[in-house]
Amino acid sequence: MFPFNYLQPLGQYLILMGRTFSRPERMRMFLKQYIREMQVLGTDSIAIVLLISFFIGAVICIQIKLNIQSPWMPGWTSGYVTREIMLLEFSSSIMCLILSGKVGSNIASEIGTMRVTQQIDALEIMGVNPASYVILPKIVGLITMMPILVTFATVSGILGAYATSYLLGIITPADLTEGLQHDFEPWFFWMGVVKSFFFAFIISSVSSYYGYRVEGGSQEVGKASTDAVVACSMLILFSDVFLTQLLSDL
Amino acid sequence: MIELRNLHKSFGDKEVLRGISTTLEPGKCNLIIGQSGSGKTVLMKNIVGLFTPTSGEILYDGRDFVRMSKRERAQLRREMGMIFQSAALFDSLSVLENVMFPLDMFSTDNYKDRVRRAMYCLERVNLKEAAQKFPGEISGGMQKRAAIARAIALNPTYLFCDEPNSGLDPKTSLVIDELIYGITQEFGTTTVMNTHDMNSVMGIGQHIIYIHKGEAAWEGTKDEVMNSDNERLNSFIFASDLFKKIRDNQ
Repeated sequence: MFPFNYLQPLGQYLILMGRTFSRPERMRMFLKQYIREMQVLGTDSIAIVLLISFFIGAVICIQIKLNIQSPWMPGWTSGYVTREIMLLEFSSSIMCLILSGKVGSNIASEIGTMRVTQQIDALEIMGVNPASYVILPKIVGLITMMPILVTFATVSGILGAYATSYLLGIITPADLTEGLQHDFEPWFFWMGVVKSFFFAFIISSVSSYYGYRVEGGSQEVGKASTDAVVACSMLILFSDVFLTQLLSDL
Repeated sequence: MIELRNLHKSFGDKEVLRGISTTLEPGKCNLIIGQSGSGKTVLMKNIVGLFTPTSGEILYDGRDFVRMSKRERAQLRREMGMIFQSAALFDSLSVLENVMFPLDMFSTDNYKDRVRRAMYCLERVNLKEAAQKFPGEISGGMQKRAAIARAIALNPTYLFCDEPNSGLDPKTSLVIDELIYGITQEFGTTTVMNTHDMNSVMGIGQHIIYIHKGEAAWEGTKDEVMNSDNERLNSFIFASDLFKKIRDNQ
């Protein structure tokens, strides 16, 4: 029946999170894993974040200039709109949607493979809490790195806008700079950072859940990976609505 | 010593284990044999706590494993070592790090002593030269030996082996059998091994339990197995022409 189909996975997810957020057996092992996850999930994503943000920043600036700006509007409009889009939605929500594909599938397939190759069972038999050892460093690692990625995305997007200005001459650098500085509200940047904490938790925990419950072989690992990305994307979109409403009222 | 008392395990309506009672003796290789689907793996998973029995008792030197608290169970698991069918080495760690893993988790020794102990275990399985390699870079037989080294790192009282020879050539299987037998004699461990490899049965079967449709249908030693009048056992043991010839020539 409709609601019960969703209640069981929710219960399983909550139980898994309960096991995940328990004290690690050895802090030095946790820290080792934590640093590894920050590198795998965060540092290794910097290049793609910079690349995508740079081009999206450039394209937004060009589109606004070509489609919205007119002689009746001030010259700084393109810069202003580019900044607002980058700060409010792209660098946090859209970037996290993109990262849910890269990072989410990575987490789900890694844990799923550990499950089907009995590495999770091996941890369990050794007396190690597998959820805490495998999942907790991923959650904490991604939550640590996501605000940094969001900041990089914002800066890179603005550099992309400047590239259109200097290389293509779409807008003068002075107009762009004026637009970027116009009516700047620092809270908008922090809104993106706050949202990124929630999105990082969704990506890491939900993907871990899908990977952890895999039973079978490579086909099931692939399915878990796809399901994880779909679930993360949906949850990010839903929570973005609530978080935007909530944070805008502050 | 591990005692199983009237062990039952069902999945829904399907009863897989039907009241198994036996004693797994210390300092001996206890082999669980039986056809695929007879319940060997389910029995092993119940004994090590990956499944919870529907009813019955599992006593580790008198300690009731089924009814003990989570904390006691985690403590007892540190006395166990397990070799999985797939070796279950951690992909992201080198062979040395894999062997050091249980030591890093639970030993209070300093780093030098932990490395020394891990190198001793690798030397014991003749794998010292592969210490810095990753599991993906070594052969299946070497992976199994690395898994044995990891399993004995904490001097386990109970050693479990789930089809350790599956996928290996006869010569490498012999090496693995000899290693398991040697470790059992040297450390006096209670070794429990799931297998359907008749070479293992005839080589190291000090105590053999034949499982048929979830029941312990026969128990004895490797010397008794060839001369048993148990029809079910004989149809399993003498399924191949080679063993029929050996029996006929006796």
